[in-house]
Amino acid sequence: MKKVYALNDLDCAVCAQKMQDAIAKLDGVLDAEVSFIKQKLTIETADDIDIDDLMKKVKKTIRKVEPDCEVVM
Amino acid sequence: MTRKQKKTLIRILISLVLLVAVWITDGFVTLQPAYLLLFLYGIPYLVIGYDVLRKAVLNIMHGQLFDENFLMAVATLGAVGTGEYREAVAVMLFYQVGELFQSYAVGKSRKSITGLMNIRPDYANIERNGALVQVDPEEISVGDTIIVKPGERIPLDGIILEGKTSVDTSALTGESVPRTLHAGDDVISGCVNESGLIKVKVTKPFDDSTVAKILDLVENSSSKKAKAENFITRFAKVYTPVVVCSAVLLAVLPPLVLRGDAVVWKNWIQRALTFLVISCPCALVISVPLSFFGGIGGASKCGILVKGGNYMEALAKTGIVVFDKTGTLTRGVFHVTALHPDTVSENALIELAAIAEYYSDHPIAISVKEAYGKDIDVSRITSAEEIAGKGVKAVIDGREVYVGNDKMMDKIGAEWHPCHKSAMGTTIHVTVGNTYAGHLIISDEVKPDAVAAVRDLQKENIRLVMLTGDTRAVGEAVAEQLGIGGVFTNLLPGDKVHKVEGLIDNKENNKTLAFVGDGINDAPALSRADVGIAMGAIGSDAAIEAADVVLMDDQPTKIHTAIAISKNTVKLVKENIIFSLGVKLIVLILGALGIAGMWWAVFADVGVAVIAILNATRALHIKKYSVK
Repeated sequence: MKKVYALNDLDCAVCAQKMQDAIAKLDGVLDAEVSFIKQKLTIETADDIDIDDLMKKVKKTIRKVEPDCEVVM
Repeated sequence: MTRKQKKTLIRILISLVLLVAVWITDGFVTLQPAYLLLFLYGIPYLVIGYDVLRKAVLNIMHGQLFDENFLMAVATLGAVGTGEYREAVAVMLFYQVGELFQSYAVGKSRKSITGLMNIRPDYANIERNGALVQVDPEEISVGDTIIVKPGERIPLDGIILEGKTSVDTSALTGESVPRTLHAGDDVISGCVNESGLIKVKVTKPFDDSTVAKILDLVENSSSKKAKAENFITRFAKVYTPVVVCSAVLLAVLPPLVLRGDAVVWKNWIQRALTFLVISCPCALVISVPLSFFGGIGGASKCGILVKGGNYMEALAKTGIVVFDKTGTLTRGVFHVTALHPDTVSENALIELAAIAEYYSDHPIAISVKEAYGKDIDVSRITSAEEIAGKGVKAVIDGREVYVGNDKMMDKIGAEWHPCHKSAMGTTIHVTVGNTYAGHLIISDEVKPDAVAAVRDLQKENIRLVMLTGDTRAVGEAVAEQLGIGGVFTNLLPGDKVHKVEGLIDNKENNKTLAFVGDGINDAPALSRADVGIAMGAIGSDAAIEAADVVLMDDQPTKIHTAIAISKNTVKLVKENIIFSLGVKLIVLILGALGIAGMWWAVFADVGVAVIAILNATRALHIKKYSVK
């Protein structure tokens, strides 16, 4: 499953890279891309995963790197 | 400006006014006691820096040690600690000004790039219960009839049922001359309907439509990263820790070795703080992907879809371009290009051939009928029979007519002769009642801009090779007409891949090979080449899938445009890498020597980032490439 989310207030390009690395390591995530330029998160997950639960973890990961950055659901 | 940017701007202004006020007061009056001064400078510092401090604390709790905010906080608080209050406020202020510029510039270029690619149709008009309603194009199914008014974007691929209009395809092809379309013609989503109201029968669901495919391709282009991007990503990961560690060493080692007093310690700590300010690799991390994004966006505006930054890099290094002749340099459509009658008039020759071929669907027959261009009186044909691989035999006005190739002529024992005048194309002979009437030449036409395309590429010292399945005579004639030196003829589709492989093995090391095909039967060669370029791909899904670079229209001059845009983009990336790293390195050295202070450090951080971003946006300037 491939999903794309918009990100608000992603202000730092280095953080985007850190987020990408951290999200890609989450369980059930096959691939992740955080684009600073497009302000978008693209996430590819296994099909049998609870997406709501995963997104909670994703949001937490993002907040850890950049406290102000929000995922638009 | 966004709300956040406006807020930052206001904070910058307030803090600036306060700083100047305190500075002036400080100059005239000796403020006592000392902590009063700290308190007064503390106000503008907190106004401008509170969010940085907050994030720094939060990130420490999250274990993000090398975070930009944390480093700025340490650098400025360190300056406060060494008594440089003014510098501390000013550095924070300039940092925020730089960040604001940076976010504004990135926002602006993001907008202009996405604006370039804004071909997504918002709605489709469909009749429901007698009324015209606007619905999401995704809700339309195949077979539905939609209505497109003048000025609207065509939302889905389909066939015109009613109406006549001119369509602006520039968003897809970069071609500014509108196409005129009538009932029965195919329309492609993403184009703009200019003049008339049309009713369109939808042939593909939105997800499979041309516009959805192109958007998907452009959106995903950033996932195929250029080498330069990967280099920067890896570099950024080590750069910050290395600079921070150097800063710590710089603060501690020299004073220890020199057994310095408090003044010496303060001096070296100040030098170390400048390191922290320069420790963010932002300029590179933003500007390099931004350049590629801009280059890809600019190219798509010219009707050139590049599937990733890596292909831009490869295109910029093109050393050999291999053409699959048909459909790239030639139209791939057959036309009667010459009439050479022996015993009848030109009109009679083409008329006889057209009538004889009346019942045939062979491409040659179609081109003959097209060349004749008049209605055919079927009653003149008594009988007609196709002879596979040779031609047709027909009885017209009671006379036996043969239309066919050399083999046909030999078979019926006609007194024919080969064409002496034209080397290009296929010769079709005509006999009437046992008399040789003459022959016509059918050939594929060279595209009008093929000569210019070849010349442009040769100017760049790019070697050109043409591959074709056609006969040696035809292939060499086309190559000669265009001025291409390397020709390989009589090739089967599999041979083309072998030729491409051979050329790849023998090319210069740092150069790449681009293969240009029309997407028909050449997918293996497209994928084997360093860069596979598909031409005239509008509406051809197979070509869009197989190629790395897709030319939406069929102009071969676009190959040069694609290479020029790529070269420009790669040049900007190199400029930015050298400039950013150079300035940072120089300021680091000068900082370590105690020559460059905090001010220089701020410039090396955000100043350089802003300049690099502005330079990167030049990748968007594509006017100079637009086709005349």
